[in-house]
This record gives sequence, C-alpha cells and structure tokens, in this order.
Amino acid sequence: MLFSLLHPANGKPFMEVFLQQIINGLTLGSIYAIVALGYTMVYGIVQLINFAHGEVVMIGAMVALTVISSLAGANTGMPPLVIVLAGIACAVPVCMGVGYTMERVAYRPLRGAPRLAPLITAIGISIILQHLAMLIWSRNPLSFPQIIPNPVFEIAGANVSGVQIAIISLSALMMLGLTALVYRTRLGTAMRATSENPQVAGLMGVNINRVIASTFVIGAGLGAVAGVMVGTYYGIAHYTMGALLGLKAFSAAVLGGIGNLAGAMLGGILLGLVEALGAGYIGEFTDLCHVSWISTGLAERCAQDGHVVLMGSNYQDVFAFLVLIAVLVFRPSGLLGERVGDRA
Amino acid sequence: MDAKAKVGIVLIAVVLAVLPFVLAHVGTAWVRITNLAILFCLLSLGLNIVVGFAGLLDLGYIAFYAVGAYCYALLASPHFGLHLPFWIILPIGAGVACLFGVLLGAPTLKLRGDYLAIVTLGFGEIVRVFLNNLSRPVNITNGPQGVTLIDPFKLDGFSFSKSETLLGLTFSGPIKYYYLLLLVLLVVIVINVRLQDSRVGRAWVAIREDETAAQAMGINTRNVKLLAFAMGASFGGIAGGMFAAMQGFISPESFVLVESIMVLAMVVLGGMGNIWGVIAGAVLLSFVPEILRYTVEPLQKAAFGRLIIEPEVIRMLLFGLALVLMMLFRPAGLFPSKTRRREFAAAEQQHVG
Repeated sequence: MLFSLLHPANGKPFMEVFLQQIINGLTLGSIYAIVALGYTMVYGIVQLINFAHGEVVMIGAMVALTVISSLAGANTGMPPLVIVLAGIACAVPVCMGVGYTMERVAYRPLRGAPRLAPLITAIGISIILQHLAMLIWSRNPLSFPQIIPNPVFEIAGANVSGVQIAIISLSALMMLGLTALVYRTRLGTAMRATSENPQVAGLMGVNINRVIASTFVIGAGLGAVAGVMVGTYYGIAHYTMGALLGLKAFSAAVLGGIGNLAGAMLGGILLGLVEALGAGYIGEFTDLCHVSWISTGLAERCAQDGHVVLMGSNYQDVFAFLVLIAVLVFRPSGLLGERVGDRA
Repeated sequence: MDAKAKVGIVLIAVVLAVLPFVLAHVGTAWVRITNLAILFCLLSLGLNIVVGFAGLLDLGYIAFYAVGAYCYALLASPHFGLHLPFWIILPIGAGVACLFGVLLGAPTLKLRGDYLAIVTLGFGEIVRVFLNNLSRPVNITNGPQGVTLIDPFKLDGFSFSKSETLLGLTFSGPIKYYYLLLLVLLVVIVINVRLQDSRVGRAWVAIREDETAAQAMGINTRNVKLLAFAMGASFGGIAGGMFAAMQGFISPESFVLVESIMVLAMVVLGGMGNIWGVIAGAVLLSFVPEILRYTVEPLQKAAFGRLIIEPEVIRMLLFGLALVLMMLFRPAGLFPSKTRRREFAAAEQQHVG
C-alpha cells in the first residue's frame, strides 16, 4: 500500500502531488487561521463560542462581492487591485458593525447567565444572519468576480497561483498585526488583563465592556477579510458558506488551544494541511484494491475498474470534525493551550 | 386527582380523539401536518431529556433521528429487498440510535458544555456526509437520492397506509398514523414524567445545576450523562423510524442541521426541562409554517402583488428570533416549570450581587 502511495494513480510523481497538496493546505489553513482568531479572541475574553462568527465571514464575502462586481461592472477604469481593496474596505466596517451589534444585543445582556443561554442566542443570531443574507443576496450560489490577474507559477513541479500567494501573505500580515496589537498596545494589554480576570481588570480601571466589544469588532474585521479571501479562492459565495467554514475554524482554534492566539494560527494551518493531504490521499488509502485478496469478487472488480475506492475526497469535510473530536478526547487543552476544560 | 382534573383529562382525550376527523374534513393535508407535529413532539421530548433534564446542549440530535429513519428504510424497503415488520425494526432503530448516542457520548461527555455542543454539531454533519456518500462502492444508503418505497406499518392484514371504513367513519392512512403516533406520544410522555421524578431524573437535574456538587453527592456523573444521551438518542431513533414509515421516502436532505436547531428551538421555547412546555413549544412551532402560509402569503400578494419574502424564510427568521428573545427575556421558557424559574432567578441574583 505504501509503495503505491509513492506512485499515485494519476501518474504524477509523489513529491509533486505532495507539494501541491501542501501548498493548497497552506492556503486553506491560513484562511482557517484568520477565522479561528476571531473565535479564539472572543473565547479567551468571555469564554463564549461565538457561533455566529462564520456568518460574519459570509457577510464579509457577500458585501465584498457586491462592491467588487458593481465597481467592476461600472467601468470606472480603476485597476482591479484597487477594486478588490475597495471591496475589502467596505466589507470590514460592515462586519465590524455586525459584530458589535451582535455583542450588544445578544451576548452582553447574558453575561453571567447560565452557560447554555448565550450559546443558544448565538445559534439564533446565526440563523437570523444567514436568512437575512439569503433575502439580500438570493438563495443561489453567486459567482465571486475574479478580476485580478491570477498568474500561476511552477515551483518544483507544483502550481502556485497568485491568489494563493496573496492569501498566504495577507494572512501572515494580519497575524503579525494582531500579535502586535495584543502585545504592544494599551488596548491589547487591557484585553489580556480582561481575559485573565475581568473583575480585577475592571478595578484597575479597564473599561471591560469596551474591551469586550473591541474584541468582537476586531474578530469580525478579520473575519471579513477571510470572507473575501474565501470568495476569491473558490470563486463562489453562498449564504450558507459561513456555517461549515466557521465550524472548521472553530475546530482549528480548539486544536491549537482555544483562547490562545498562536494556537489559533498553528491550529488553522495544521487543519488546512490535514484537510488538503487527507482529501488528496484518502482515495488511495481506502482503495480496496490494495487488499483485493480478501475476496474474489473484489479482485474481479479491481481487475475491471482498477480502483474500488471506499471513501473519496467527498469526505473532506469530515476531517475537521475527526480532528476536533480527537483533540477534545486526547488533549482538550489543545496543542498550545494551558487552560484545561473542567467546568461544565 | 380531583374531579376537575378528571373532567379536564376526559375533555382533552375527547378532543384528541375527534380531532383527525375534523381536520380530515378541512383537508387530509392537515392530518399529515398534525402527524408531523406529533412527531416533533416525540423528538422534542427526546431532546428535552438531553438538553432540558441533563443540561447537555446537543446540536446534532437530528443525526439520531436520521439513524432511526435509515434503519427502518433499509430494513423495510425494496432497496435491500428486506421487509421486516415494524415491531422488530423500531426497537432495532432505537437500539442502533442508542448505540450511536453512546459512541458519541462516551468520549465527549467529560467535556464542558459548549465543547459538547460543537462536537455534537460536527457529529450531525458527519452522519449526513456519510448518508450522502455511502452509495459507493457498496450501495448502502443510495446517496442523495435517498430510499424510496418504504413499507408502511403493517400488522397482519392491517396496513396503516390503506383507507378503511368502520362504523361509517373513514379511517384514512394519515388518521390511522395519527392514533398510532398519539399512542406512542402518550407512552413517551409517561416515560418522561416517570423519569423526571426518578432517581436518575433527579441526578440529571443535579448535574445540570452543578456537576461538581453532584459528583460530591456520589452521582456517577459520567454514566448518568451517558444514560441521558442514550435515552434521548433512542427516542430520536424511534421517531425517525416512524417518520420513514409515514413518509415512505427519506433522503439525507431531511436531516440537515436546521432540523436539529428547529427541535432545539421547540425545547427552548417551551422551557427546557418542562415536559408540557416542550410539547406546547413543539406544537406551536410545527404549525408556524402552515399558519404563515395562510397569512403571510396572501397578505404579501395583496400588498405587493407578489411574494416578496417566502414563508419558509420568515419561519427561519422567527426560529432565530425565538431563540434569541427567549434567552434574553424568558430563559425558563414560555411555560416555565416552577423549579426552573426559581433556578434561573437564583442564577440572576447571584450574578447581580
């Protein structure tokens, strides 16, 4: 079985396929990381899973889509890159507004309520946002305008597109910026103090409400950019796109250790890699023809079709959850987290 | 029980017994809708054990419903050529769903509540992905096309799908199912009520309120939580089996996340942990789409000349709003149980002080 892995069926040499999946995984992973940062920041400060964060990402993609396609359609003569930046510039404040409103309306009144309560409002908000988006942007998948030229480079036999490079570098920039914000500014210090102990931070003169609201706003802003990246990468936007993305990003945050910034980044990239490699190789791994000796019927089918694949790449979405469950079972505090989940 | 309560019960029984014929007079569709509402009552009561009694937020509850439904569909349809009688399959479905509940619960129940919510959500998605894809290389679930021509309930010559006339009354298929569902609902209610005041039920509430304290009192929290999960799952499995038989057709489309959330909304609306409230919530939310269809649609057509917002969307928006507003203003539900109200009030005072 291992031997045949080195020579996958599609004829491409092992290293090239492997490298290609690594590049795809890195791209996907940096998007996950950016979304996961939104989860992890909010969780670090108020111990709440902001269920609706995925919806914020979706709204970011949708707003950018509207702006970009109307600007591109209007023949303004603007260079494509400026148009995309304008899309991002519109999506970010809209999402920040959504994030702020969410916090004010649904989460702040429930601070100190039983744990289940904010979680249930979060689900409610998520449904409301999804269906509002459906009303505004239609229930059909929309094609995301791909206006920037997307040159494809070849590195050691694997293809890297300009969009992939842009996504990876933009994500890296945002992660650096966020780290600087959290560890170098007054607001960041206040955020860390609040996550350490809100009561004491309040006594020290930190305006907790403002800090928590800013955390939501910053997370939503990052989410908006992630939304634009997803839209550009896949070339499609749909009102349900946030749900699965959010779940995967949350898994990434848990994988890295929820509440931990570096953890979210690491978890996101790891999850992206796991998914890409998993999707690339699951067909190989579950090809029953490796064990065709177990039954003659199987051997016949193998001789006929060459492959009897038990699980194809359509199981890609399962990996994130398997990772999530595995992490929660074996190391609930995540890879880098020091907080251990004990209270129910 | 005083005389007043007895009269009340008799009255309710009479109304429930006559109801399908009145509904059938309006249209058989209404009987079907009522049947679905009862099915949702079953589901909500099952979820209520998990969320309401034990305080474990399960967002993938519909997966157990799916497991029960697929169990029935595969064992009683031409898909595999199996036609087992329902009284064998329903317990199998409940058992398999229960097994899935334990499989999911055993590793995850030591987690804190919000993690559990996400894991169950992921589990629900995994089950759906598998249902969608288990058609190759061996066709088990028939993929997105679903399973068709599922047998209705049959008992010797008595089929639940055929119309029969008895004493001048026409018992159509849906009406027969109505009585069967009502019977099952009654049994489930009795089980729930008995569970609530039992040793296990009190242990669940203790865990919900304070797990550490419950543990200190000698409750084996892991096993008791697992029991809640397994029981909730098996109720879901039974409801799923009945759903498959009633519809005659199932596909993975029926078991999406939104359905899980809908059942959760029913439980939350009625008041988590309150059996009668949950039933009221389920009935209320089951009829919302129908009510909307008959009010919002004509209203919009009259006002704007066309349909601007589909009732389906309004329904989902209402569900979302219900979840948010209930938690903000009436966290103990529309019809809170006395203890629950006290608990929420206590929690509030604690945090104000």
